[in-house]
Amino acid sequence: MSWFAVFLLIPLGFILVYSLGRRGTYGGVLFDQVDIRNYIRALDPIYIGILWQSLKLATLTTVSCLILGFPIAWLLAISKKPWRNWLVLAVVVPFWTNFIVRVYAIKLLLSEQGPLQALISVLGLPLLPETLGSGFFAVMLGMITNYLPFLVLPLWVSIEKFDFTQLEAAKDLGATRVQSFFRVLLPQIRGGLVSGMIFVFTPALGEFLIPDLLGGARTMLLGNLITEQFLKARDWPFGAAISILLIALVAVALALGGRAPARAAGQSKEGALP
Amino acid sequence: MKTLPRVSASSVAAALPGFVLLLVPLVLLVIRSFVVRSPLTGESEWTLHWYFKLWENGALTAALLSSLWIGLWSSLISTVLGTLAALSLARSGGFPGKKLLDSILQIPLVLPEIVMGIALLIWFVFLSVTLGSLSVVLAHVTFSVSYVVLTVRARLEGFDTSLEDAARDLGASSWQVFRRVTFPLILPAMISGALMAFTLSFDDFLITFFVSGVGVDTLPLRVYSMIRFGVSPELNALSTLLLGVTVLLAGLGFKKSGATPG
Repeated sequence: MSWFAVFLLIPLGFILVYSLGRRGTYGGVLFDQVDIRNYIRALDPIYIGILWQSLKLATLTTVSCLILGFPIAWLLAISKKPWRNWLVLAVVVPFWTNFIVRVYAIKLLLSEQGPLQALISVLGLPLLPETLGSGFFAVMLGMITNYLPFLVLPLWVSIEKFDFTQLEAAKDLGATRVQSFFRVLLPQIRGGLVSGMIFVFTPALGEFLIPDLLGGARTMLLGNLITEQFLKARDWPFGAAISILLIALVAVALALGGRAPARAAGQSKEGALP
Repeated sequence: MKTLPRVSASSVAAALPGFVLLLVPLVLLVIRSFVVRSPLTGESEWTLHWYFKLWENGALTAALLSSLWIGLWSSLISTVLGTLAALSLARSGGFPGKKLLDSILQIPLVLPEIVMGIALLIWFVFLSVTLGSLSVVLAHVTFSVSYVVLTVRARLEGFDTSLEDAARDLGASSWQVFRRVTFPLILPAMISGALMAFTLSFDDFLITFFVSGVGVDTLPLRVYSMIRFGVSPELNALSTLLLGVTVLLAGLGFKKSGATPG
């Protein structure tokens, strides 16, 4: 257990300490003036814009995954044996496929010789090639396809536990479909729903690989900003300050989502293990 | 048998867009790996050409080997550490700081990968640990242990402790109780935790990206730099092979357990 102290807690403490220092001329960290100047610098409109973009992208991804994922989880829960196995496989295989392979597959789909581009030129749609191959649309598509299973699996687990006869009962008692969804089903699957949403939102907020590979040069997000500060600009204190802000955002999201849904999600990951 | 609602056409139709999004890119990848398009005529033909190219790509196979090696070590270490932690959490009643430990265990599950990556980078640089295979394994163990603990602990709390009591009453020493009763019962959970730890390690890009330095080249890192240079058809072949392994393992898993969640 001291493992966590040495490799998790102390390193996290170091981020906090570094965020208060300043960058040395040759990229090191100096602590001659300890203050919050890095945080003040983060309030610059450029960085607020990046923060806003990241929040927007993470929120849009979560909502889209919800819209696309709920019907999948529902279908998994209500379908019967031979079919169900195939459907589960269709969700679990992308989930356990190498992350970078999935991102690459999206890149291939959107590439200039890709089928989507061909389809658009056949239909004569006015979508410009540049906007398709890289930029916000590509990043969104990449995020949604990659994070969809993270929402579907915990949601499926909680719908699976639901007793469907309660819906019949609600109907017999005169509830409309909308009423029985919100008053009967939703309260009982809330746990899976919330942990699924958190498991999409949290990594999406700090995502680096998808915007880096699919976003082109124009899409700057928190994850890319932090990476840039650490690996290119070599301004570690500023990068550390941005990371602290990212942790704060995640903490807010977790607090909004309720206590410790991580355990439920951890178990659903385990359930999805082949 | 549970009563389930009827699978209506509309519920299938509603789920369709999501399935398309999940599967179409992967199917495309598989098809592309078997096709060579002639630059002159623009005609395509089926071939295994890219698989041979992949075989000849020394850097890629070396990266694959180092990924397997790192995955093996980090899975081994995190399974041992995670099982020990789960045992102490589940078996020793309440000890001071147990609640705190519980919440610390959740941190790697929710912490953005990038933050863990830079935290470890700062720490390793501060300690002057040479960035290389060692730092990568240490980092991978850190994010895998929690998953092993969760898995093994769920199993420990799931079985009847009276089995252990009975063994003790029959005169077994505490080592014998562990060796003959507890261990065989938690072994499946340990294996599943180890598999998960291996997959997490084999998959990880971002944390490895920060803590690998110049010494190690894991498969995701190699693939990343190849993608940056442009779309390379050998990657289609590699991805198809990796996909095949995933499908195989998932299929085997289903055969054994039947598709039930939780």
